[in-house]
This record gives sequence, C-alpha cells and structure tokens, in this order.
Amino acid sequence: MTATRTLTYREAIREALREAMQRDERVFLMGEDVGRYGGAYACSKGLIEEFGEARIRDTPLSESGFTGAGIGAALGGMRPIVEIMTVNFSLLALDQIVNTAATLRHMSGGQFSVPVVIRMATGAGRQLAAQHSHSLECWFAHVPGLRVVAPATVADARGMLWTALQDPDPVIMFEHATLYNDEGEVASEGEVACDLDKAAIRRAGKDVSLITYSGSLKKTLDAAQRLSAEGVDCEVIDLRSLRPLDDATIMSSVNKTTRAVIVDEGWRSGSLAGEISARIQEQAFYSLDAPVERVCSVEVPIPYPSHLEMAATPHAEGIMAAVRKTLRK
Amino acid sequence: MATGTDTRVHLVREHALELLTQMILIRRFEEKCAELYSAEKIRGFLHLYIGEEANAVGVMQALGPDDAIVATYREHGHALARGLPPGEIMAEMYGKASGSSRGRGGSMHIFDARHRFYGGNAIVGGGLPLAVGLALADKMQSNNRVTCCFFGEGAAAEGEFHESLNLAALWNLPVLFICENNGYAMGTALERSESNPDISRHAEAYSIASEDVDGMNVVDVESAARRAVAAIRAGGGPRFLENKTYRFRAHSMFDAELYRDKAEVEKWKKIGPVVRFTDWLVESGMIHQADIDSIEQDVEQIIDDAVSFAEQAPWEPVEDLTRDVMTPTTHDGALS
Amino acid sequence: MPSLGADMDEGTLVEWLKQPGDRIHKGDILAVVETQKGAIEIEVFSDGVLRDCLANPGDRVPVGEVIAMLDSGKASAAPTGNAALAPVADARASLEPLVPGRKVTPAARRLARESGMDISRIVPDGTGVVGLQQVRTHAETTAPPAGPTGRTDLKEMRKAIAAAMARSKREIPHYYVSSDIDVTALMDWLAKENAARSVADRLLYAVPLFGILARTLLETPELNGHYEAGEFSPSQSVHAGIAIAMRGGGLIAPAIRNVAGKSLDELRLSLTDLVGRVRSGRLRSSELSGASVTFSNLGENTADTLMPIIYPPQVAIIGCGQIATRPWVKDGEVQIRQIMSITVAGDHRVSDGRSAARFLSRLEKHLATPEVS
Repeated sequence: MTATRTLTYREAIREALREAMQRDERVFLMGEDVGRYGGAYACSKGLIEEFGEARIRDTPLSESGFTGAGIGAALGGMRPIVEIMTVNFSLLALDQIVNTAATLRHMSGGQFSVPVVIRMATGAGRQLAAQHSHSLECWFAHVPGLRVVAPATVADARGMLWTALQDPDPVIMFEHATLYNDEGEVASEGEVACDLDKAAIRRAGKDVSLITYSGSLKKTLDAAQRLSAEGVDCEVIDLRSLRPLDDATIMSSVNKTTRAVIVDEGWRSGSLAGEISARIQEQAFYSLDAPVERVCSVEVPIPYPSHLEMAATPHAEGIMAAVRKTLRK
Repeated sequence: MATGTDTRVHLVREHALELLTQMILIRRFEEKCAELYSAEKIRGFLHLYIGEEANAVGVMQALGPDDAIVATYREHGHALARGLPPGEIMAEMYGKASGSSRGRGGSMHIFDARHRFYGGNAIVGGGLPLAVGLALADKMQSNNRVTCCFFGEGAAAEGEFHESLNLAALWNLPVLFICENNGYAMGTALERSESNPDISRHAEAYSIASEDVDGMNVVDVESAARRAVAAIRAGGGPRFLENKTYRFRAHSMFDAELYRDKAEVEKWKKIGPVVRFTDWLVESGMIHQADIDSIEQDVEQIIDDAVSFAEQAPWEPVEDLTRDVMTPTTHDGALS
Repeated sequence: MPSLGADMDEGTLVEWLKQPGDRIHKGDILAVVETQKGAIEIEVFSDGVLRDCLANPGDRVPVGEVIAMLDSGKASAAPTGNAALAPVADARASLEPLVPGRKVTPAARRLARESGMDISRIVPDGTGVVGLQQVRTHAETTAPPAGPTGRTDLKEMRKAIAAAMARSKREIPHYYVSSDIDVTALMDWLAKENAARSVADRLLYAVPLFGILARTLLETPELNGHYEAGEFSPSQSVHAGIAIAMRGGGLIAPAIRNVAGKSLDELRLSLTDLVGRVRSGRLRSSELSGASVTFSNLGENTADTLMPIIYPPQVAIIGCGQIATRPWVKDGEVQIRQIMSITVAGDHRVSDGRSAARFLSRLEKHLATPEVS
C-alpha cells in the first residue's frame, strides 16, 4: 500500500486542476465565476492568482456560447475545461454538447476530434428545490460521441481529470454537489491519474449486487453496512463511467450474487438504472434469482423541504427495502 | 489569393477572371445539384447558394490557407470557393465514402481539415460559438489566424448569436462574422422576426465594428472583407459584415416559396452577382464573350468530372457503421 | 394424518407441497407421506388457506393426529412496516404473474433443469416463489438417501406389496371382463411409424397401446380413480401405474402422470426412464402413489390372457396379453390377423361388467384407427 494523504473532494478537484494546468500549457479553465469568485463550489479558489485571467477565464452567463467556444477551442488545439456551474444550467448548452461536440467527429468522417472536458455539479440534497437539483446524467449517457464519468470518491475526483484531458473526445464529468466537503484518501506519491473506463467494487459481497454512482455511493455503502447486521452480504459497485458502462464488472457481480439493486438519483422513468436493468436482463438473465430492483428518485420535481427532498431521492432505508425484496425476506 | 494586410482589390483581368470563374463554378455546381436531387442522387435536404455566390467568393479572397472557416448548411459555395475538391463535395452529397466527410454528413455537413473548413452546420446559429472557440484557441496560442464565420440573418434571433458576439468582443477575438442577409429565414421575412432588422446594429451593440455590404457585388464584398481581415490581423478584435444578398432559389428543395413574390425574385435576378459582374467586365472591355464561353466550358468539365467521381465512388460498408464515433487511439470501435 | 389403508398405523411425513399462506383448493395435494406401501400423496378435500403445518419432514405421525390447519374463508393481513422513510407505494409491486401457477426464477429453473429435477415438485418459499434456495432444499430432501425410499428398500417394498395384494383380493370384489381384439391395424401403423424414425427413437407397441388405453379410459371414468372410505373419487387425468418386473422377482407399478395428454415421444421417454430406474432402484417416493389405474402388459412370447389384481385404492387394472397371430374372420372371410387378449378387472363396488364391456368395445374401435387415436 502506498502512503496516502487525506483531502476533501473539493481540494482534490483543485489539485487536479492545478496539476493539469502545470503539466500542459494548452489546458485552461473557463466558466462562470471560476476566476475572481474562486468557483461556485470553490474548486478553483486561488488559481487565477497563479495562472492568470487568460487561463482561468471568467465567462458571461452564456452557457451555450462559452460551451461552444470551449468546443471550438478544443478543435483549435487547446485543452479546455469548461465548467458549467450545474447540470441544471447545462440545458442551455445541450445544443452545443449534443449537436456539435458529440457529432463533429462523426459528421466530418473522422477528420476532427473534440478534446474538451466539461465539468458540472449535479444532484439534489441541499434543499435547492426543483430547478437546482436535477440528476440528468442519463441524458448525456444516452449520446454516442460523448464520454460520461462520475467520480464518487476523492481519489477519483483527483485522478480522473488528467485522464479526461488526455482523451481526444469530449468528456463530461459529473461532480455530485454533496460530495465537495467529503474527505478521502489520495496517494501521496506517484501518478494519481486513473482510468475512466472501469467500474470499481467498493465493497465485495456475495448476496446481492448494489450498483450505483456519484452521490448515491455513500448512501449505498451505508445501506450495505446496515444490512450486514441482518446477515446480508452486499457487493457495492461504483460505476465511475456512465458512458461507456462497464458491463463486464456488472455482469460478473450479478452472475455471482444472482440479485441486483440499482441505485440511481435520476427519476425512475427513462433512467440509467433502466438501461442497466435491461443489460442485466440481456446478459445475466439465467443467473437471476429475483427481478432487478431500482431505487431511483420519485416522479416529482425535487421539493424544497428537507423531509420531502429526502423522501424523493434514494435513501438507505429504501435501498435496504429493495435488497430485502430481492431476498424475498 | 492575396492575403496579409492588402486591403485593396486588384481588379486586373486575371483576378477578374478568377472571381468570375469561381462564381460560375458555384452557380453551375448548384444547378447540377438541383438536377441530381430531382434524379434522387442527392437526398435529404439541399440548400442552394444560387444568387449568393459573390459573398463566399469575395470573402475567401481575403483569407489565407491558415485561416479557419465556419459555415452553415448552405455551404457548397463556401466549400468550392475555399478550394475543396468539387469531386469530394459531390461525392459527399451522394453519401459516398470518397466524400469530404466520408459520406457521413451529406449536403449539410461538408468538413475538410486540410482547408480548415469546419462545416457545414445544420443548427442555425450553432456555428458561432464554435468560431469563437477556434479564435480563442488562436489567441491563446498566439497564432496569427482569423476565423471567418458565415451565417444567415436568421441566426441573429438565436441566443447563441448574441452570446458569441459578446464573447468575441469581450475577449477581443480574431473572428470575422459574415452575416449573409438574404432577407428570409426559411419562410420568414426579416421584418417579421426582428424588432430591429438592421443586423449590423446588433453587432455594434456589442461594440463590434460592422459594415453594410452589397452582397451582390463581388468586388465590394472582397474589398470589405480585406479591410475587415486586415483590422482583425492588426489585433483589432472581431469584425462584422452584413452582406445584403438574395437567394434565387427556395430555402431548400422542399419549399413552395409561398412567402415571397415571384416578381421580387425576378427583380433580384436582374442584379444578380454573375450577370452584373459579367456585364460590367464586358462593358469595361476587360473580358470578352469568348472568355465567358471558355469559363463555362471549363466549369462544365469540372462538374462533369465531379459527378463522374461521385458516381463511381464506393459506398462505405455497413460493417463500418460505428466508425468515427470516438477516436480510435483510446477506444475500440464498439461503444458502450 | 389420514388412514390410507386398513393396516396403516402411522405415517412418516416426507415433504410439504404447500406452505402456510397458500390458497388450497379441493383436490390439491398437501403433503407426501411414507407408509409401508410406499409414499402416498395426501389430498385435501376442501378449499381454504393453509394456516399451519404442524409436522416436520421426517416426523412419524400416528394416524388421526393433526398435521395441518386449514382456514376456509378469510385471507390473513400482511404485516406492514412503517419506517420513517418507507419507500413510496409502488403500484407495480402486487401484480400477479400473467400465467397462473408458480413463480420460478431463471436461476432456479436453470439449476433444476441441470439437476434433472421436476420444477412442479419443488416447494415454493413463503412468498410463493421457487428460487435457488428452494431448488437446493429440494435436492437435499429428495436425494436418494439411505432411508426408507432408497434402493435398498425394494425388498421391503415387495413385502408390503405382497401384503397389499393379498388384502386386495380379500377386500375388493373383483369382476373380470375380457375381449380378444384385432390389433393388426395398430401394428401396421407402428411399422410405418417406426420406418420413418431413427433406430434410437423407435417405439415399442406398448407406447401407442398405453396412450390409446389411457384416452379410452377417459371415456369410462368409473374405471379411473380411487375408492376410499366408502367413496369413489374419479381422477381427471389418467395417471397410469405401469407394472414393471423388478430384478429379483416381483412387480412394481410406478405411475406415469397424465398418460392421455402425452405425445408418443413423451410417453416413450417416460417409459424408458421409468423402466431404467426400476432396474436401478431409483424411484421417487411420489411415483409409488398417485396412479389412478394400472396397466399390466405381459409383452411378447408370454401368454394370451391374464386376470390381474387391482392395486388399492385404484378401482381397475387393465391386463394385456401377448400379440398372437391367429386365423380371424374379417369382412366375411378368414384372414391371418394379430390378436391381443385384453382383460379389465374392476372393483364391483364402483363399476360392473357393463362398464368394462363398454370400455373394451370403444378400445377395439380406437385400436382399429391408431392414427387418430
């Protein structure tokens, strides 16, 4: 085991940004309030002093404009990191992301790559109500031409950015807003950049496969812990990559445990959990000893009061109930 | 093509013939496309540039091979004027593997990396942020290059138009915005969609110097473009030209043109770029009918060759369907 | 624990086929009980919901002792949990499966198939689902143990059967009716059928014969069922006990279920499988009961006629002699035909000679048209 140090998720992002800027002069950060304000989530605090206004570039409130500009800059030889404050505002930039970034390579017959990284905060849990609490990762995971990742741990927050910047194709990185204050371990020495493709087994187990990502990982691990007291041994898979999905890891787990519960903060209808459930049905049907369960957000815009927000989104009790259902207990 | 900071149009015979040839090439190419579309060789949407040739031809004269071009779905003329091989453009329209975009894009998505030709965009206004980004990259890398962005006046209503002009001006980016104002956004006349139909005023609202240009006069267009590009290269930030022009054909092949008078079309045709330039050149004695005939002959040959090339070009095999979604260096062909 | 025979004092519970909470219908099999005679299925005679199972597999229970409680009428309320953050009610959760019957998970189905288990015999869990756990449990409880239903007990079984046969002759008023039947059409049809089959798939004449016997029996219900406690219960299907000779002598008649509904190949495979397992002593306890009638076929090169003994609580047994080539009058002239003597032994408490005669008359017609019978 290498020596590790403790960082918050936010600090890990900041370190990753700084490292990228230092290692490659083509890298620059652009977005609303990333510069003077220090970042809406304080991820880029102090960076403008270090790297200057051109490379820590504040933009006007023009999501479509500056996302498209980021795409154009990537096309023109830079390695931009476009920060869209949250996925809620990314809807304004969807045209550029879906119609330009995702399609340019294909439409041009392979002549161009778009090496842009687009970072966004996502998710509910801070009582920010309906327009500030979306989890729309599945919309992006739907589109060929995009890579979509969701670092759920501090180590991944630290390690995914550099790899994403090396990728010649657009990478959308989702940072769940409730993770920024979390602490975790990062290697003290050596290359911390990690892969973007593989799901990770965060907790090995034999009775049921819990499949999740991003902000739901903590709740899922909590549920697994509590279930172990009931004699249920859960395996927890952190997807890490939402497009492409790591089918091999998922199926290997489900074949072993024969039961699957998918925890996804998106609304149930048309969710990523639905996609994973379909794949499990396609690839591991004969291993299943119970129908695949999904724990998703309830079909309601995310409400403001805390008790309702918590009831609307996945929680440990709901996950535990779903697991018991697969065990027919 | 002369480049650099030369702001004057050297209207000598050689240059005049060059301009005329390009315009006639575009004109005949587009007519041939219309014919091929009716014969179902070209499918989907086809947007013809007939009547607007002076804009692409004139502006391209001011740009160098290192500069970048972003255009719209009505981009065949721009592609030809830029120097993309006509055979590849035609093959792209056919959907063949030898096309500019390997047949994947079709009429609306002509791309060519060799000529820094960035499409070919089907979203109105969608190319402006892209152009801003290309210019941003040039500025950050201290490349002395210009990004020229063509769009129709319909784009002025899109949010992306405003965001892009603002960004370009704010960051002092080397973008040449060319608004080809042909008066109609598909079927909607400009007066019916813009509270202020004077598009160059919009640019000025973002502190971008702009000029109104007679888009039917290739010399005027070249002149205005040269001045604008020179200013940009001198570090003056973005520039905006509003070229008043007119398309003689419908918005696309599927258009009954219920929204405009035939009389109006006829009026514009009389002052069309080719006829006006030809008349003026002949009148001034710079060229003769024989030159025109010769050009038409050459152009006919070029287009026939282009069509042959397209006809004989292969189709991409279906097995290659998922190629070029992601870049092969880090991913294999299969996705997700 | 019911009395399943006059000399039954106690029974050993082998397995429950229903679970508490299950809805029970008249005629359902509740459990399997082991007796001297072999394993017997316990039938329920009223509708209701099984509330309690009071005996465990392996328990020896005297006749008359309560082994289960049945509620007729009320359904029981399911317990509800009320965590502060209970998941919102899910409309799809209570949908019944479209196909009535048991729910079997894919994993369970696969394991059962790989282990050669009959899914329909596996006891579902408390929620009515047959999952992996249920398959594994079933494998453990029904594997041939060294106990009462293993191969070592065939000898014991023969003794029990001998006793049962003696009692049968004493207690059941047998009557006998027989006919000599022209089976040439059957044999001709069989020859044609077998010519089109590969050697491995060829049919012995017993296969179509049993099928036709079973379908004809459906038309004479008073010859197909059980007589118990003074009452006759006809069986809906024909579960035919097939008399098979055991190594070391003696006959045993394990059941093939629903003979009338099986195809020729299904019947062929069932028969071969059964004979094989009799030879190796690997019969399942549930096969030794449950027959609604017995077929006793002497086979080739044996004898013309037999007068078989009914296996109680059945009410009939059909005996088939060898096929003999004989002169026969057909269409007004003497021909050489293949003739089989078939005897029906019936329980006179339930049927009489006319039933048997009707049966034989119909049988003759069906045997003459084997392609549609």
